[in-house]
Amino acid sequence: MKVRLRRPALPEQALLDEQDLSLIDLIQVGLPLTATPYADLGKLLDIDEREVISRLQRLSNDKVIKRLGVVVRHHELGYRANAMTVWNIPNDSVSKLGFCMGQFEFVTLCYQRPRRLPDWPYNLFTMIHGRDRESVLANIQIIIEACDLINIDHDILFSTRRFKQRGAIYRKDNATKTVS
Amino acid sequence: MHSTNTDITNLEKHLLNDFQHGFPLVSRPFKEIARKFDTTEEVIIGMLTQLQKRGFISRVGAVFRANSIGASTLAAMAVPTDRLEEVATMINSYSEVNHNYQREHHFNLWFVLTASDEQVLNAILDDIEQRSGIAVMYLPMLEDYHIDLGFDLKWT
Repeated sequence: MKVRLRRPALPEQALLDEQDLSLIDLIQVGLPLTATPYADLGKLLDIDEREVISRLQRLSNDKVIKRLGVVVRHHELGYRANAMTVWNIPNDSVSKLGFCMGQFEFVTLCYQRPRRLPDWPYNLFTMIHGRDRESVLANIQIIIEACDLINIDHDILFSTRRFKQRGAIYRKDNATKTVS
Repeated sequence: MHSTNTDITNLEKHLLNDFQHGFPLVSRPFKEIARKFDTTEEVIIGMLTQLQKRGFISRVGAVFRANSIGASTLAAMAVPTDRLEEVATMINSYSEVNHNYQREHHFNLWFVLTASDEQVLNAILDDIEQRSGIAVMYLPMLEDYHIDLGFDLKWT
């Protein structure tokens, strides 16, 4: 089953220079919890605090950084249930329904992904959290009604076991180089 | 209702909930946060450090838009139940794997791979297929419809 598909290039991809990439290397594992985190990052990169801040501001404005802040761990905070809920949506409605689903506070991811026929007919993926299974199912019903998905085929994949969960490391080799 | 929540103080709840996006981009961000709660920078830094140690936060940092830097993909496998542990452990051994969950479905193992570029990603997927003898279904993101403002925690 060779089912690879190259992802299309993002036309709006922001241009990142080497300093941006080095800064990303450092902050992907988190800001240092010190009084002056931006100055401390700047020392490692040989740039001053103001430049660190202005680069982070620009990366946020360009949406390379979706958000900057506290990243919580749902499970540890009592949100024990999560279901990857997948939908088989006609291609011409994906964007409209995707934006409708993506607006709910209990939806933490809403991505279009390719179908893999015949094994996998679903093209929209939402991650839905709740304190328990019942509240996750109730949240799914809310979405179905609000976005008018009654006739859309879906499947609910509850997680039964977490083998690993941590932040992504995008540029491992460079990160190691920069820090050392 | 959950024992983990009963031990969380009010200030901790605010730190967990109120700064998931729009973290202050100023010289002394923790001082600015402290001012809102009439406390000191040291208290805030100490509290966040403890929240991280206790596993309630993974980091204070950035969430990047998928594929704006590097390459990442969701991948799924249909693993015979008696091999699940073995295959999951093998997949976890790659530092490029950041999420790996068992889910209730014929495709029962779901993981996220993130790497510097697509070549590295594909090489790891091939490697996982070869080592396990099980096909990997590769599902890269095509479009992101979610505006990420963090997760609104409801305290009970």
